[in-house]
Formats: sequence, structure tokens, C-alpha cells
Amino acid sequence: MIEEHFAKGDSLIHNIDPRIRIIFALIYSAIIAVTSRMEVALAGLVAALLFVTLAQLSAKHLLRRLAVVNTFVIMLWLILPFSFPGEPLWRIGPFNVTEQGIFYTLMLTVKCNAIILVSISLLATCGMFNLVHALNHLRVPNKIIHLLFFIYRYAHVMQLEYVRLHNTLRARGFKPNTSMHTYKTYGSIVGTLLIRGYERSEQIHKAMVCRGFKGIYWLLDHFSMKESDVLVSCMMALGVVLLILLQWKII
Amino acid sequence: MENNLIINLSNISFSYRENDSVLKNLNFTLHSGDRIGIIGPNGCGKTTMLYLIMGLLKPQGGTVEIFGRARVEEDDFAEVRERIGFLFQNSDDQLFCPSVREEVAFGPLNFGKRGQVVEDIVDESLKRVGLDGFKQRVPYHLSGGEKRRLAMATILATKPRVLLLDEPTLGLDLPTVEKIVEILKEPGLSYVIISQNLEFLKKTTQQIYTFENGRVK
Repeated sequence: MIEEHFAKGDSLIHNIDPRIRIIFALIYSAIIAVTSRMEVALAGLVAALLFVTLAQLSAKHLLRRLAVVNTFVIMLWLILPFSFPGEPLWRIGPFNVTEQGIFYTLMLTVKCNAIILVSISLLATCGMFNLVHALNHLRVPNKIIHLLFFIYRYAHVMQLEYVRLHNTLRARGFKPNTSMHTYKTYGSIVGTLLIRGYERSEQIHKAMVCRGFKGIYWLLDHFSMKESDVLVSCMMALGVVLLILLQWKII
Repeated sequence: MENNLIINLSNISFSYRENDSVLKNLNFTLHSGDRIGIIGPNGCGKTTMLYLIMGLLKPQGGTVEIFGRARVEEDDFAEVRERIGFLFQNSDDQLFCPSVREEVAFGPLNFGKRGQVVEDIVDESLKRVGLDGFKQRVPYHLSGGEKRRLAMATILATKPRVLLLDEPTLGLDLPTVEKIVEILKEPGLSYVIISQNLEFLKKTTQQIYTFENGRVK
């Protein structure tokens, strides 16, 4: 099962209409991603940290998520400073570390973490089902939403299926090691999972069709904008304006 | 007699692979008020027959006539699916919504119901299967018996007069089976039940057919 650590909560952020959260998460991420100025990236990070603080998320789970992302960032630090063209700062063996390289990598690190924090604080706090509903209300194409929802819904079913297969293998004395037999066995497991997944999806589709499904997923719940949602939207929009002004060096 | 003929399959043949036919010249009828049980070996085409009735598979030969009309195209089956409830063998295939409430509402919403009407249908259907108070629960966290009862509720939600039940008692404990027997006692229902559970069929059906070599006897 995919755990939704951040979706439970009753903070200011959790109470914002999910549609607003999705829209602003997109806008903030886009600005942070395309900006060419360190100041804007840093301001974005500050905004992201503010959201995270307001959402009162568990520090343990947050750090764990960030650790995953920053493993990739470390890879960048191992390559980029040495390969980016520019003024050599110092030498390590045959390699030149360039000033521009360091700056560029630092910028990427800040941007990356800021965007992840924005996504966690605004999107992950929605929970998958609210997210799907909100996307529906935002007129995202039905097919994309179905894809997203069914991946979520059935990922853990596939995992259970895998665990079951694996258990029967173990019960039959299978011990994985580096051998052709092991590779073949794992190959068969993947193949079986693929076929079972395909058949199950057909079965689910049949069941949906029997209950009158014609490609549209009707919603039972509807969101309503509260006064506080309008207020929060204004604050967030103000943040966006500030970031843009900063980018254009007006402030 | 002709007007209360609900399902009329005549000379149906069907095969999944060439030269390996599952159903051969199958004839089957269900009249209003009929309560039919079908028993037969695995892989003999029982489930396939139900799929043909619901239009989930198309026969290679023969005609499918339901509610007095020949059903050939996908569109012909829209009415069939609204008026016949189909319980799948595996409840996990049938339940996919985030909450019990939405699961039951899925059918009624698809058939054009909205608002408070849907809420009432949800409450009523859950009550009938003894799952009142489960509205906000997550379907895939329920136990096997609860899942099957929920699947029953999702079908009853569209108020069908005809039910097709594929192994409704498979893997269920006695109280849950009793509950299903109870639900099926409702007057005015017609149904076809596929089951290996002779005891259950004796309690719920008037006629029991066996399936042999792709034919009903």
C-alpha cells in the first residue's frame, strides 16, 4: 500500500480547497524551475519552507523524502562542477572545478528542493482521492485522471500479488542467488505479474461496464470555495507577484 | 408466456481459441420469476454464458435476445446492463472506488441519478446487505465477506429485477452465505446463480441445471 503520510492533518494548508493548492503548486514550481536568478530560487525555497511549516508535517517523513531526492542531487555534485565550462577555481588531479559549475549546481540543488517542498506541502497534503476529484473539477482530460487513479488504486494490488507469488516460491524452496535459475524465475514472476495485471484490468473494466460506465467518472462530492480559500489565494498570488518582480529586478 | 421471457439464448456457440469451443449450440431461457441454479465443472463455460448475456463477449454464432429484443451491438446492451445486475466471481475486480459510499453510488450516477436520490439509494442498499455504518470505509480494507456483501449492494443499487450471480458463496463463511440467501428471498426477483455449492442452490433456486460439453441440461 502506498502510504499517504502527509495527507492526514488539520493544518491551515490541509484546509485549503485542493483546486487552489494544485494551481498554486503548478505556478510556484514553474517559476522556480525557469528562473535564471539565484535570488528567485532562494525566495521560492523560503516560500516552500513557509508552506511546509504551515502544513505542520512530520519532520521524519519529510526528511526521508528529501533524502531520496538529494541522492540524485549528490550525483549532480559529482559531475557538474567538473564538467561545466567556465573559470577554473581549483584543480583536483586532471579535473578543473569551475566557479560557474559550482554556482549552477548550487542553483539546481536549491530549485530541486524548493519544488519538492512545494509539491509535498501543497499536493501531497491533498491525498490521492481529493487530488483526483480536484483534477476532475479543473477539467483535466478524463483519461489522464483515470490513469493516475488506477495506477494508485492497483499498485498495491500488484504488490500484494507479487508478495503472494514470492511466498509460494519460498514455500517451494526457492532461494535467490546469482544463477540462471534465479534470473529465469524472476523473469517468470515479472511475466506472470504482467499477464495477471492485464487480465485483472480487463475484468475490472467489465465490472465497470456492467454498472453502466461509459467513460465518464461522475463525482459524488463537490468542493466549495470558502472565504478563507479566497484569502489564501490572494496571499499566494501576492507571493507569485513578488517572485516575478524579483526575477525582473524591480525589487 | 412469451412476454415474460427475459433472457433467450438460442444456438449460441463461442470459443476463445480456434477449434476449442467452449459453448456449442447452447440454448438457455430465463422467464420472469425464474430462480435458476447452474452447476458444472470448472472451465465448462458457465461464466462465459453470463458474459454473453451482459454483452461483455460476443457469440460467434446464435442469437442473444433479452427483454424481447435481439442484442448485437454494444449500444443494445446499455439497457441490459441497467436492468440486470451482475455479481462477479472475484469481488476485488468489482470494487475500485475510494469509499464504500462512492462504490455504491457508481452505478446510479452512471444511470443518470443525482443528488439526494443517490444518497438515499446508497443508504438503502447498504442496509439491505447489512453494511449500514460502513459508508466512509475503504472498500479494499474490508474482509472477504464484507467485500462480497458490498458488491451485492453495488448491484442492488440500480434496482435490477434480474440478477446474474457468479459463484456468490465462494470462500464465504456460513453467516455471510445466510445473509445472501436472505437478500435473494426478496419477492419479484429473477436470477441465475452459478455455484458449486449445492446446499446453497437448493435453498435459493427452483431448478438446478448442469453444464456438460457446452450445453445446459
